[in-house]
Amino acid sequence: MAIIRKDKKKDAPPISTASLPDIVYMILFFFMITTTMRETTLMLKKPNLPHATEIIKLEKKSLVSNIYVSPPLPEYEALFGTQPVIQLNDAIEEVSQISLFIQKEREARDANVRDFMSVSLKADSKTKMGIISDIKMELRKVNSLKLNYAALGN
Amino acid sequence: MARRSVPEINAASMADVAFILLIFFLSVTSMDSDKGLFRTLPPYVPVEEQTKIKVVEKYLFVVFLNKNDNLMIEKKPARMQDIRPKCIEFLTNMNNDMTDLSVPGYDVVDIPLLGGPQKVTKAIVSIQNDRGSSYDKYIEVQNEIVAAYNIVRDRHARKFFHKKYDDLTEDEQNAIKELLPQKISEMEPKNIGGN
Repeated sequence: MAIIRKDKKKDAPPISTASLPDIVYMILFFFMITTTMRETTLMLKKPNLPHATEIIKLEKKSLVSNIYVSPPLPEYEALFGTQPVIQLNDAIEEVSQISLFIQKEREARDANVRDFMSVSLKADSKTKMGIISDIKMELRKVNSLKLNYAALGN
Repeated sequence: MARRSVPEINAASMADVAFILLIFFLSVTSMDSDKGLFRTLPPYVPVEEQTKIKVVEKYLFVVFLNKNDNLMIEKKPARMQDIRPKCIEFLTNMNNDMTDLSVPGYDVVDIPLLGGPQKVTKAIVSIQNDRGSSYDKYIEVQNEIVAAYNIVRDRHARKFFHKKYDDLTEDEQNAIKELLPQKISEMEPKNIGGN
């Protein structure tokens, strides 16, 4: 007959956490490799990018300048209203400031790679085309003709 | 000689240190990658220097998006899903009969990689939009047209090289691009409907 022990309470052996740091380090390295440093703090609502199927991945990230178009965050609404506005680097700017912005971006790069610079337009999908057309016109005026309409894959 | 054993270092806080590092990287980095539709804008020409270029209606495939995001293809109301098949049809059919305005004309260009002279379509896709149309729909139209070009290029690749367009070498891809150049014209938006 099998002996059934009832009186003796046996504690479950403690789970070893010795490998926990290794797991966390693995996650850490994964994030360090797949992500990039954030350069700008957005003063706008995160643009809800439009969807597209025929998208291309931009290769040289250091040669891409970003133009954000989206409504401002609630704390800036008193200053800039609720309609979509343009953010260049760290400030909300007028359309006319784009030429200056492009020139500064050009000067920040080596002369031999300036021809390969492109602009990525990160605009909210609810934006009207008017402001987008104005941006395109400004970009054409400063001869910055490589434009990427940022979009998400499906 | 007495051997002293090195006391073991307590590694219990290692996990905490790693977690702090992890949280730091999670907060200062972003994962968004730059993907999108890549376009080249036309160079700027001041109004005084602009000359009217006459493009015969025969070569143009006009897609118009109005301020209520309604579509018109070749002056007829249409839906978003009509763009792709109609654009493919326009890019693949061609004749030089000037009385037939529905089909674009062609040039004969010698492309050595494709084995001699080939008919290259003169088709130009023109996207016109209003200042009040939404960015979302505009990107959708752009996407449909680029998709149509990609499908036709893929067909050519299968016909000439029996391979997918993406699997071709760069020279072969350029030959296909020469056979079907991507000509997308964008007019200055008209403010027909107001903002």
